[in-house]
Amino acid sequence: MRIAIASQGVEKTSAVDPRFGRASYFLVFDTSDESLEVVENNQNVNAAQGAGIQAAENIAKKNVDIVVASNYGPKAFRALEVAGIKAAIWADGTVSEAIELAINNKLKICDKANVEGHWM
Amino acid sequence: MKIAIASGKGGTGKTTIATNMAVAIAREGRDVTYIDCDVEEPNGHIFLKPKIREQYDATVLVPHVDLNKCTLCGDCSAACEFNAIAVLGKTVEVFPSICHSCGGCSDVCPENAIVDIPRTIGHISHGDGMGVQFYEGRLNVGEAISPPVTKALRRLDTDSEVLIIDAPPGTSCPVIEAISGTDYVILVTEPTPFGLNDLKLAVGMVQEIGLPHGVVINRSDIGDGKTEEFCHRQNLDILMTIPFERRVAEAYSRGEMMSDVNSEYERRFWELYCSIAEKVSS
Ligand code: SF4
Ligand code: SF4
Repeated sequence: MRIAIASQGVEKTSAVDPRFGRASYFLVFDTSDESLEVVENNQNVNAAQGAGIQAAENIAKKNVDIVVASNYGPKAFRALEVAGIKAAIWADGTVSEAIELAINNKLKICDKANVEGHWM
Repeated sequence: MKIAIASGKGGTGKTTIATNMAVAIAREGRDVTYIDCDVEEPNGHIFLKPKIREQYDATVLVPHVDLNKCTLCGDCSAACEFNAIAVLGKTVEVFPSICHSCGGCSDVCPENAIVDIPRTIGHISHGDGMGVQFYEGRLNVGEAISPPVTKALRRLDTDSEVLIIDAPPGTSCPVIEAISGTDYVILVTEPTPFGLNDLKLAVGMVQEIGLPHGVVINRSDIGDGKTEEFCHRQNLDILMTIPFERRVAEAYSRGEMMSDVNSEYERRFWELYCSIAEKVSS
């Protein structure tokens, strides 16, 4: 299983970033070899909208199965759904805690968007 | 003659003034068309009570990806400035509500896998009411991008002598789309501190586009003179002042014409038009 965690830093001890679309990084943990990869959440700086779509694309490229963050907008949620990535809601601690919870199946999976999109 | 009625914010009486002026011009026997460009909340119909004779869709082109040709290369997504198309796993998903129909993605697709297909985002109604030709654009609920509907309205072929364009409130893209190419812009304001602030923004906007303009002050007697002062300092023409009058306010809250309760207004709006026509032709 490949787990992406929205993160405020690049370490396992970094805090989980609650914002999915505008998270600073995604740390991708692979349970098969316990590797951790840092994925920058590069965003198109000019775009007022669609950060969540681009974030979903950034992690879809890394073939992840599940992502951990706490705020998902409607378009981000749709994008994750299309990509077949589960959206888990949790941002109460560190990246390593999030990995632990994900492996043990203790995270709440989101079945619809939980924040409104932003309009211009 | 194309006259736009704009206002830095909503609720200043912009539509009341636009419709009353249109009717006053029509009653002088002129051929006049009123176009409601406030596509998110058109309410000119409340005053003109038009009989709608035709309706058509306003569409935009959005990309459609043929997954049989697509190699998931991601060029389209990289080219999109609006994050409206994304490669997600084994598919490419388009997010129509934020697509700006720029065509960038189909231009760059190396496989020619993208075709643009029309999508309806609103509709345009045409009719007539109170002797005025009436057009209205209406954006469908949930749509976020209004300029294409405004653009469609402004492209309309009307051969009327006078075109009254009721712009949306504010100073953003849809407003600029509505007022550009007109001969004159009437800025409607109220003499309050907020009203003045919005007026300043609106003046900045029309000056940047370079359109002749003047000011109508609604509820002119509630203020402290700061709006007039600003107009004098900036050399702005005050075209008309409309004092607050309870029976007139009540009439227009019922969707009636101001001149129906105070016949003087028919003359005053006709004069408003004449003074603008004079400025434009001189
Ligand atoms: S650019 Fe064309 S081929 Fe590449 S991902 Fe987009 S649609 Fe597919
Ligand atoms: S048409 Fe333009 S805005 Fe729409 S998806 Fe393509 S590149 Fe993006």
